[in-house]
Amino acid sequence: MIKIRKLQKKFGHLTVFDDVDLTIDRHGMFTILGPNGSGKTTLIKSILGMVIPDGGSIQMNDNNIAGGWSYRNEISYMPQVARFPQNLRVVELIDMIKNFRQGATNDAALISTFGLQPFLDKKMGNLSGGTAQKVNIVLTFMFDSPLIILDEPTTGLDPVALLQFKKLIVEEKNKGKTILISTHIMSFVEEMADGIVFLLDGNIYFEGTVEQIKDQTGQENLESAIASILQ
Amino acid sequence: MLKILRYSFYDLMRGKWSYVYSLFYLLLGYTFLFLNNDLSKAIITFLNIIIVLTPLIGTIFGVMYYYNARDFTELLLAQPIRRTSIFLGQYLGVSLSLSLCLVLGLGIPFVIYGLFQSAEIFNFVSLLLTGTMLTFIFVALAYNIALSFEDKIKGFGFAILVWLFFAIIYDGLFLLSMVVFGDYPLDKFALGASIFNPIDLARILILLKLDISALLGYTGAIFQKFFGTNLGMLAAITILSAWVVLPVMRIIYKSNKQDF
Amino acid sequence: MRMYRILLLLILANTALLASDKIVVSLSGKYPSIKQAIASAQSGDTILVKGGTYYEHNIVVDKSLTIIGEPKAIIDAQEKGFIFEVIVDSVSIIGLTLNNVGLSYTKDFAAIHTRRVSGFLFEKNTFNNPFFAFHIERSKYGTIRQNTINGNAVLEHNSGNGIHLWHSSNIEVVQNQVYQMRDGIYFEFVNNSKVIGNDSRRNLRYGLHFMFSNDDEYRENHFEDNGAGVAVMFSKKILMEKNVFKLNWGTASYGLLLKEIYDADIFGNEFVQNTIGVNADGCTRVVLENNNFINNGWAIKFLGACYDNRLAQNNFMHNAFDVAYYGNINGNSFDNNYWSEYTGYDLDKDNIGDVPFRPVKLFSYVVNQTPETIVLLRSLFVDLINFSEKITPVFTPDNLKDNRPLMHPVK
Repeated sequence: MIKIRKLQKKFGHLTVFDDVDLTIDRHGMFTILGPNGSGKTTLIKSILGMVIPDGGSIQMNDNNIAGGWSYRNEISYMPQVARFPQNLRVVELIDMIKNFRQGATNDAALISTFGLQPFLDKKMGNLSGGTAQKVNIVLTFMFDSPLIILDEPTTGLDPVALLQFKKLIVEEKNKGKTILISTHIMSFVEEMADGIVFLLDGNIYFEGTVEQIKDQTGQENLESAIASILQ
Repeated sequence: MLKILRYSFYDLMRGKWSYVYSLFYLLLGYTFLFLNNDLSKAIITFLNIIIVLTPLIGTIFGVMYYYNARDFTELLLAQPIRRTSIFLGQYLGVSLSLSLCLVLGLGIPFVIYGLFQSAEIFNFVSLLLTGTMLTFIFVALAYNIALSFEDKIKGFGFAILVWLFFAIIYDGLFLLSMVVFGDYPLDKFALGASIFNPIDLARILILLKLDISALLGYTGAIFQKFFGTNLGMLAAITILSAWVVLPVMRIIYKSNKQDF
Repeated sequence: MRMYRILLLLILANTALLASDKIVVSLSGKYPSIKQAIASAQSGDTILVKGGTYYEHNIVVDKSLTIIGEPKAIIDAQEKGFIFEVIVDSVSIIGLTLNNVGLSYTKDFAAIHTRRVSGFLFEKNTFNNPFFAFHIERSKYGTIRQNTINGNAVLEHNSGNGIHLWHSSNIEVVQNQVYQMRDGIYFEFVNNSKVIGNDSRRNLRYGLHFMFSNDDEYRENHFEDNGAGVAVMFSKKILMEKNVFKLNWGTASYGLLLKEIYDADIFGNEFVQNTIGVNADGCTRVVLENNNFINNGWAIKFLGACYDNRLAQNNFMHNAFDVAYYGNINGNSFDNNYWSEYTGYDLDKDNIGDVPFRPVKLFSYVVNQTPETIVLLRSLFVDLINFSEKITPVFTPDNLKDNRPLMHPVK
């Protein structure tokens, strides 16, 4: 599905990626882990074409994405912080995004799942952080895309919403989709992830399953495993 | 691109600033025409206002919209939309809504005060066209600046500086160099220097219609020869268009290179 | 007195007409040419010219005759010389069409030339392609009225004037139309004469050219689109009233040029859309009142040597520059005018602004020094320097101001 070859990116003097190679060609949920500033978001944005790499290539379904835009029809993306145009109402925002993409949507079901009906006519600027994040989830999952990319998706969600969110991910996984998540919540990863990509010092330090990383570090749980790598 | 344009346009037209901007022109138009029923005099007064104000408002609104719409832009960038469409759509949305404010704000009072019965209609239309052109030029410049500065404060500062340069500083240097080198033939220099500043070019185009006698009297001959003919008018419009097209091309170039 | 004399002349002419014979010129009649008719006429006779084209030139009028053309009576000189040479008093030429006077670089060929005569009347004639239409030399007590002169002058050096007067006096030039000559109306050493209600347009040089002529008046004339406008030079005691000076554009063009003028009165004229409305160079005791200066580049320009001139009750409206002024104040005064640029207030509501108006802008000085800077007219920078000069005058004479500017235009 996604093939990254010799990816290079610098921000000024800071090297974020130095020849990163990564292939994700299976279904399931993959997490991108790494300390702050290790390039998790940059990697995601590179796949989305929002960050332009200095070198190397990214292929999606065997097509180079450089300069392209239609491949994003295959991707649903949920940004890290839900920042939307403040003077749009929720319903207008949903309609607008629908307007920009082709394909069937199931926004009505998602709206009722997350109990957003009362907020539909509110302006985005007047919503609480959690509600905005729910809108964000609706916008992401209402399209039936084979690849779903989530950047810190659990921020600001209450336990009920979190539970529904996890259910949603499992559902999507079972539909045979690939889900790429960057997160800091290790319990979430342990519970859900089929694979881990660990970014460190501009390169992929580890790639494998949760079990593998535990074995390799000899730790009981993922959190300590990660901590031991970083020490 | 049309979708983005439409969205940006409606977004701005609903915002309070476009009301303020239109109302400002509306009030200005009414006040001047109320105080002085003479359309041709009002047009000269508006020339002064338009050549200073439309670039200023274009610059500020352009920069402001870019920074305010950043979240929206990021949302769009993850969607299957061409980058060029996003930025050109926004650019055109801002330019068109500002132009509409100008045309309606000034147009309504003038129409009420009997523009259509007046011989001034042609001058008035060219005044509005020039104002629209300046809006497109300076919004394009503003978008260029905003794209180049991540930092909002720096972007704003630089944009104001660019406006100050074209509106005042350029003319100051222009005047100074003409006075200093007064012993040399200057008409070609004057012609050249006015082409490189869209505000000057717009002003001269309107002046050639309104204050023609004064300009003709002195060195105006070369200007009249250059701009007075259809060919010259075409040249001037081409140059003004170049002032739109070149910055827009840089918007496309720059936006395709930018990380978000 | 003058009017009386002319009236008397007219009466005399009329009685003569009644008493005299009428000689008819027609192509197929007894007198197929005007020359033949004149040869057999007596002083006091009337010659009636029937319709038709008569190819004649150098017709000497040596008897006091009245020559009247019927409609379509055309005399064509075929560019061979002058048409009428009037050498006796009391000649009238009326209603003829005079075409194609010859061009000469040494002689001032004219359709009608008078020398040392008085009491003439030239009325309702039409001139096409004349070198000069009228050449009035050392003559007096004559009237040139309601003639139409259509020139086709292209170059100054080989074209002539419409109504050319030289060393004459007591002449009235009334309601003529003069188009596309070198100078429309030309006065040199002409005294006690009047120019009234004429229409002078598209002449290469001046609509009216006026030199060394004193005690004259011109009123209600219309001067438009002439190469250099109207020039009044080296003259005293001229009255100029209710004339229109319009659309005189160009590098060296003005509505009215005043050069070495003493004691002129300029009242109620319109100066509209000229490069320079009034260009005053060496004027003394000239009074300008109730004039309208509208949409000119410069409404009025005072060059050197102007003393004790007075401008009052004029309207200065929408000129790029109201006044350009060089040198000291020299007793010139601006008082009680209306200036459309005036931004002061009138708290006591007496229609007189409470703060003085300074009609000279700093930018006007800059433009004088470096003419090319005019391209910056109405730019923000120029407005700023003008404003700062208005607040604290440095370059403009401190006492050059209108202390009683009007709040509303003079009607």
